[in-house]
Amino acid sequence: MAATTTHDALLGETGIPGELLPQRYDGPRAFGWWGMVWLIGTEATLFALLIASYFYLRFRNGPVWPPDGIATPDLALPLIMTAILWSSSIPVHMAHTGIRAGNVTRLKVGLAVGFVLGATFLVMTLGVEWPEKLDEFGPTTNAYGSLFFTLTGFHGAHVLAGLMLSLWTQVRAWQGAFDESRHLTVQNFTMYWHFVDIVWAFVLATIYLTPHL
Amino acid sequence: MTATAAPDASATTTSTVERLEAVWAEPPGLGSWLGTVDHKRIGLRYFYTGMAFFVAGGIESLLIRTQLAGPDLDVLGPEGFNQLFSMHGITMMFLFAMPVLSGFGNYFVPLMIGARDMAFPRLNAFGYWVLVASGIFLYSSFLVGRAPNNGWFNYVPLSGEAFTPAINIDYYAVGLIFLGISSTGGAINFIVTILKLRAPGMIVNRIPIFVWGELAMALQIVFALPALTLASVLLLLDRKFDFHFYDADSGGDPLLWQHLFWVFGHPEVYIVALPGFGIASAIIPTWVRRPIVGYTYIVIGELSVALIGFGVWVHHMFAVGLPNITLSFISLASFMVAIPSAIQVFAWLATLVAGRPVLRAPLLFVLGFIFIFVIGGVTGVMFAAIPFDQAVHDSYFVVAHLHYVLVGSAVFPIFAAIYHWGPKITGRLLNDRWGKVSFWLMFVGFNLAFFPQHLLGLFGMPRRIYTYDRDLGWGGYNMASTIGAFILAVGILVTIVNWFHSRTRGAPAGNDPWRGETLEWYASSPPAHYNFVTIPTVRGREPMWDQPELAGGAQPPEDGGRPLTEGHATLSTSMLDARPQVIVHMPHASVWPFLLTVALLVLAFAVLLDNWALSVAAVVASVGGLVGWYWPRGQTQET
Repeated sequence: MAATTTHDALLGETGIPGELLPQRYDGPRAFGWWGMVWLIGTEATLFALLIASYFYLRFRNGPVWPPDGIATPDLALPLIMTAILWSSSIPVHMAHTGIRAGNVTRLKVGLAVGFVLGATFLVMTLGVEWPEKLDEFGPTTNAYGSLFFTLTGFHGAHVLAGLMLSLWTQVRAWQGAFDESRHLTVQNFTMYWHFVDIVWAFVLATIYLTPHL
Repeated sequence: MTATAAPDASATTTSTVERLEAVWAEPPGLGSWLGTVDHKRIGLRYFYTGMAFFVAGGIESLLIRTQLAGPDLDVLGPEGFNQLFSMHGITMMFLFAMPVLSGFGNYFVPLMIGARDMAFPRLNAFGYWVLVASGIFLYSSFLVGRAPNNGWFNYVPLSGEAFTPAINIDYYAVGLIFLGISSTGGAINFIVTILKLRAPGMIVNRIPIFVWGELAMALQIVFALPALTLASVLLLLDRKFDFHFYDADSGGDPLLWQHLFWVFGHPEVYIVALPGFGIASAIIPTWVRRPIVGYTYIVIGELSVALIGFGVWVHHMFAVGLPNITLSFISLASFMVAIPSAIQVFAWLATLVAGRPVLRAPLLFVLGFIFIFVIGGVTGVMFAAIPFDQAVHDSYFVVAHLHYVLVGSAVFPIFAAIYHWGPKITGRLLNDRWGKVSFWLMFVGFNLAFFPQHLLGLFGMPRRIYTYDRDLGWGGYNMASTIGAFILAVGILVTIVNWFHSRTRGAPAGNDPWRGETLEWYASSPPAHYNFVTIPTVRGREPMWDQPELAGGAQPPEDGGRPLTEGHATLSTSMLDARPQVIVHMPHASVWPFLLTVALLVLAFAVLLDNWALSVAAVVASVGGLVGWYWPRGQTQET
């Protein structure tokens, strides 16, 4: 029986003679992966309820929506923003596949590009889209305004959280924390980022597309 | 601190124990006290904290009952009465039932599935601290005389700024959002622990039913709690920033609150009830000396209740004037809940009939639970019938029903668990005679307190009135109810005294005083820091009955026991068939969860008091707390 196995060893002894099990893992074998899955589950429920609240109030409001003379939302800018946000999932995905193959450079570049695209989306929301809307109506104008700014703001807050997670992952990447066998943080960040992008599809459809129907 | 080793322990076992002790013991001191990640210490804290709130909520209820004892009394006055019944409901649901049931889960789930800790030990610690902080936050409202005063379901527009401009309601909304962090984190922790940390051989259909109950509870929390959080966030936006979600004049709708609240609120009833069902299913087999009847049906029943529970929320809203098609659908679903619940009741009864019941305190409390819960269930079926519901809506009949359901399915199982599992926690037996005294006082007191309320409801007494006129003739029933409440309180007090007396002076329990069937009896009493000398291999549903080699507390490696002494580690297995998969190195004690909680408590008060500069500072501090928490210290493998 070996005296001790160090933390660097990939296999550890369970105490049953001859039985060795891995001590590094990712994906569904890692607790952290499951933690992220359920966090996303509860967050997705929150978004679903917020979107359900939107439609509840819309259909309680009668046929004219948006109400009170507010224009049906223009689609050009939101669709450009959508293209930018969704394109950010590509470099993030490349970063993840990169580190799974042990390529740290692809990880760093992919995370950085994804960060820039995500930040651009957020800046456009806060710097262009919101000011334009605020000229027309605000969150205290009526329930439509409250819904518009709460739903887009809530999604924006999730983009911000994703950007901070990205920042953390990048710091760890530059510290050399990841290689092909240990990169759970990258995996979890990737999953969260894709979630934020997928949720945007529902926010986009709810806020911008359905009023045109 | 432990004497785990069996009398015939070999030299190997002794050296295993020494190595485990060296790795798992948490040194004494403030850092360890604030930073502990031991699921048993945390579980016990949940228990004590929840019971302290139980006493607080109980005192509130006695004050309420004193005010209502006779007609035209003025003990509390209307405002005090409103605050007390609101805080009574909030306390009993969120600060007593959920924490105590989670506490038993925290303590016993890892023991029952043969793990050395929960999947996320620091998240576990964090959840506890957030519970304490949000309890302090909610109760600090009494210091300024502004406790929530609109009931636990807090309907708008009464809770809107126009009708309640003071901060009572802000305490409610901020407090429950804050507490939700604790419940959600705890729920995710339970789910991952139960899916990934079961002992080798504990395949899906060998999971103890108590563990299934905690799993069903956790799944409900993950998908139901966001509704309460969202409802409260929208309410705060309306109140503090003049948004219009609930404002009918500007396109909002007060009914949105009712929908969101009850989308959470009805599952919440099962969040409180399902672990209680699990406790009953855990205790009955031991005390009737035979395996549970209908294991599969009970598990399917629990999970079905959890699922159907999401489709019945509108039965709290039968009287608000919704379309008939909605009402019919929800009425049907509400009737349906009776089926999986009744399946469980019949399985318990069949087990009792087929076994040889030993009528001591744990089983008595379980029988009391079945009796009371069935009455609550029958009135529940009555409520599913829309015309009946509309006739007694908002009357004392509702109060009687909900207390039969909740006290039946939470309080009595919790007391059963105290007598059944207390010896495992303290290492000492509780006094059984005083346990029986406590049971009969509680059982008689409870029925005397709440049965007359059915009648009061049928006579037309509305809930939440602070007094009533002498000519209505309700005085006698109310006096009976108040007397019953005090008898109930005395019964509870007997168990509390019994607990603290037995904790130091009771007879030593030994590992397995009741010859139980599940793995918590494989550990010593109280369990060692590392829970088990060897992580067992399980070969059946009742391992302690089927595997004699477990009796010594250290299943030897040739029978499948794994000492796993290499580091601060536990064994993770595959999700369905529980095959050994990886060795997981667990995090050590950390004060960061505590520090993060302090930052969040500051945030809660800052939001309450509209201090936005401080709020931003507290958010920044919270992010700092998270960075400190996750900053690598070369101890864990998960990066």
